[in-house]
Amino acid sequence: MEARILGQFRAIVGKGLIAEASELHTYECDGLTNLRVLPQAVLLPTSTGEVQAIVRICQREKIPFVARGSGTGLSGGALPVENGVVISLARMNRILEVDLPNARVVVEPGVINAEVTQRVAPHGYFFAPDPSSQSVCSIGGNVAENSGGAHCLKYGFTATHVMALEVVLPDASIVHLGSRALDRPGYDLPGIFVGSEGTLGIATKIVLRIVKKPAVIQTLLAAFNSTNEAGAAVSGIIGAGMLPAAIEMMDNLAIQAAEASVHAGYPNCGGLLLVELDGPAAEVEHLMDQVGEICTQCGAWEIRVAQSEAERAVVWKGRKAAFAAMGRISPNYIVQDGVIPRTALPKVLSEIERMSAAEGLRVANVFHAGDGNLHPLVLYDGRIPGQEERAMELSINILRLCVKCGGSITGEHGVGEEKKMMMSEMFAEPDLETMQLVRCAFDPQQLSNPGKVFPRTRLCAERTGPYQPHPLEVAGVAQFF
Amino acid sequence: MAAVEAAWSDLRALVGAEHMRAAMLEDAVDGVLPQMIIEPGNPEEVARALKIATGAGLQVIPRGGATKMDWGNPPRSGALILSTRRLDRIVEHAWGDMTATVGAGCTFQQLQQTLAEHGQRLALDPLWPDQATIGGILATNDSGPLRIRFGSLRDLIIGITLALPDGTLAKSGGKVVKNVAGYDLPKLATGSLGTLGIITQAIFRLHPVPRETRTLTFSTSDSGTMNALVLAIQDCNMVPTGVQVRAGSSSTPEVDLRFEGTTAGCDAQIEQTLRIASGARRIESPAEVWNARSELWSGAEPSVVCKFTLLPADLGTFLNSIRKASESLHWPWRLVAQAVGVGYLRIESAGKDTGALLSILQDLRKKLETRGGSLVILRCPLEIKSKTDVWGSAGDALALMRNIKAQFDPTGVLNPGRFLGGI
Repeated sequence: MEARILGQFRAIVGKGLIAEASELHTYECDGLTNLRVLPQAVLLPTSTGEVQAIVRICQREKIPFVARGSGTGLSGGALPVENGVVISLARMNRILEVDLPNARVVVEPGVINAEVTQRVAPHGYFFAPDPSSQSVCSIGGNVAENSGGAHCLKYGFTATHVMALEVVLPDASIVHLGSRALDRPGYDLPGIFVGSEGTLGIATKIVLRIVKKPAVIQTLLAAFNSTNEAGAAVSGIIGAGMLPAAIEMMDNLAIQAAEASVHAGYPNCGGLLLVELDGPAAEVEHLMDQVGEICTQCGAWEIRVAQSEAERAVVWKGRKAAFAAMGRISPNYIVQDGVIPRTALPKVLSEIERMSAAEGLRVANVFHAGDGNLHPLVLYDGRIPGQEERAMELSINILRLCVKCGGSITGEHGVGEEKKMMMSEMFAEPDLETMQLVRCAFDPQQLSNPGKVFPRTRLCAERTGPYQPHPLEVAGVAQFF
Repeated sequence: MAAVEAAWSDLRALVGAEHMRAAMLEDAVDGVLPQMIIEPGNPEEVARALKIATGAGLQVIPRGGATKMDWGNPPRSGALILSTRRLDRIVEHAWGDMTATVGAGCTFQQLQQTLAEHGQRLALDPLWPDQATIGGILATNDSGPLRIRFGSLRDLIIGITLALPDGTLAKSGGKVVKNVAGYDLPKLATGSLGTLGIITQAIFRLHPVPRETRTLTFSTSDSGTMNALVLAIQDCNMVPTGVQVRAGSSSTPEVDLRFEGTTAGCDAQIEQTLRIASGARRIESPAEVWNARSELWSGAEPSVVCKFTLLPADLGTFLNSIRKASESLHWPWRLVAQAVGVGYLRIESAGKDTGALLSILQDLRKKLETRGGSLVILRCPLEIKSKTDVWGSAGDALALMRNIKAQFDPTGVLNPGRFLGGI
């Protein structure tokens, strides 16, 4: 990068500029570590004004930028782009305001997810989105990915809990999307911004909604001989008209890994179910009895109900550590994030089993069973030539299977760099072109996290007024759809 | 002119002569009378009709059940009403997956009856469910008291099909509850008043029909007591599916609460409520109390009906502002508000000075907007519409909204002028 531009960046952020190759390596990837790109520079602003000043230079010099929170994303959303800079929001990490009567919290994007709950917990509130990485991931990252978590079955995703945002747009203007009150007149801009994976601008301030902690929380753990039996119990619970706070399932391989890693005390079984109910005490107790009965009818041979916070914490520890625990049973693994209609579960699981046997690669399954969000973990040994490629192929084929069953390629990890080519298998060309109209409205020059999410970039034309062909179109070198 | 004539004939050929007719006086939208009304029979026909209209420069006003055609600013122009009436199919109720795919022209009631066959519902309580269509409810982002527990349409919609002015038929989202693949166009289309595209189909997540429902009502002495009670209920760990305030110029505020779930759960929460509300007087709940919102549209005409949004803790103060503003003028008013901070206000305006009325509305709007809220005029005499943007001020994101509109509808075919800031 030119010294002139580096000098301008330094004038804005001072020591918050990283341009030494040795230090830049920290930022060359996010949680998807097999994709790496070294950025030209990393900037660590401490205020909205600094973010704006940085973006203004990027805009003027046509430098692409990638916003980054804690770098825990699993789809390469914060992967730097060549010739671009990374704007890390890690130093904008203040909780600016807690408004309990209105259940609102205002934060900067670098605030860690779990810190919001920690701050409001003494008053009986919590911040509902709970991705497994919640102790380290940032709210800005949650906004970019529309993060979910085990409890979004009942409480909704990040989008449900973001009321308003202050955003620096790619043209360096500052805009306010949404409002502290509901239903701001106009288009639902927070709705489109949340989950846009950093491609529409950079959130510099976020107004969150917090939720009152339920009176009682109980977590049931049930051991089955197979995931099919556990799946039947899930159908039974939903069919009985219950909406649990969470329903999680793990297969035997995942249980083994979790046990080896955090000793959660899980029974050694073919299919393990965690069912969490919350709400008024009288209701939870009544329904929990019913959940127990349904599990028994479906073949559960061991049922435990965690009542205390401590017991619950142990039960959840194994589940939340499941991805990382794979390291105990395999040198390498690929995490996927497919979603299927819940009723397709038995079919999809047996097909994954068949595919796994055919490839000779083990697949562990951990999933949010209530909403059909699978996390198949394809295990492999990177030292064996060709195995990584086969593992990649298998994990992609699992996503194809999800799409074929009417599902999605991603439930909460985002498309990012990793799955952008898969978008064409889920959506037709006109669908993708239409989505990109939004991109063109926010970022016609495509400077904000370019090249992510979509398999091909739409050329953005200023199409106000009567349609006029783009010069490229006239020259016959490009075509608008 | 030849192009327009050709477009009419193309449209007639597309939908069939029996589904195209000349507009009549009652089809006018805020005084703008379109020439024709067409009723396409499927999403593809909607898209092709839009393409024909766009090609001939005909402005299109989308219409569902026609229950809320007076919402929004008056259209700048409108040549064609495109009715979604015939897109009334319930495409799929995947009850095992708790999702439903439904055509935009299906009425809410029709959908709800079908879902109930498997003990499920779309957890929403819109206005006029027997006539209002799914597409219209989405376009106007209408929601009622259930919102406190289940959120609004943006939390319930998981997939959408949109027909765009250039004839594109685009899908976004999908049939699964959890899905972050691509931009969330279902949310963008919700509340966009048909200015970006015409919704032809939507997919929703569903909830079980509750086993038991209980309602209780309290009478409070004044706005302060009312607001304290409402906040106290939200600050404890009960899970009501409705917390509603009703008030008016001739009555003290009343608070309605609703619980759903098991008998034991409802009983326990009612007991807890009675302890919290010990300072308020419990009264018998009026019949149909959860439809109180729709009653604001009945009474002496002309009237003004507004939607307001505010922070939950500001409700008491806002009530006092209304009281103060209307008292000296002796104007009757009524309001129904949800504790989450969304409410509806009716002012009887018969024989009133429009100037004074507008100034009151603008004053209330200003008070709300300063604190992050809004005031949208839904129904009023046209004279008022000509003097103010019914949506209120747009803030610094208006340019961005205009960019979005320009991308989706570059020649301004859809509902021109009816949305915020003249979009």
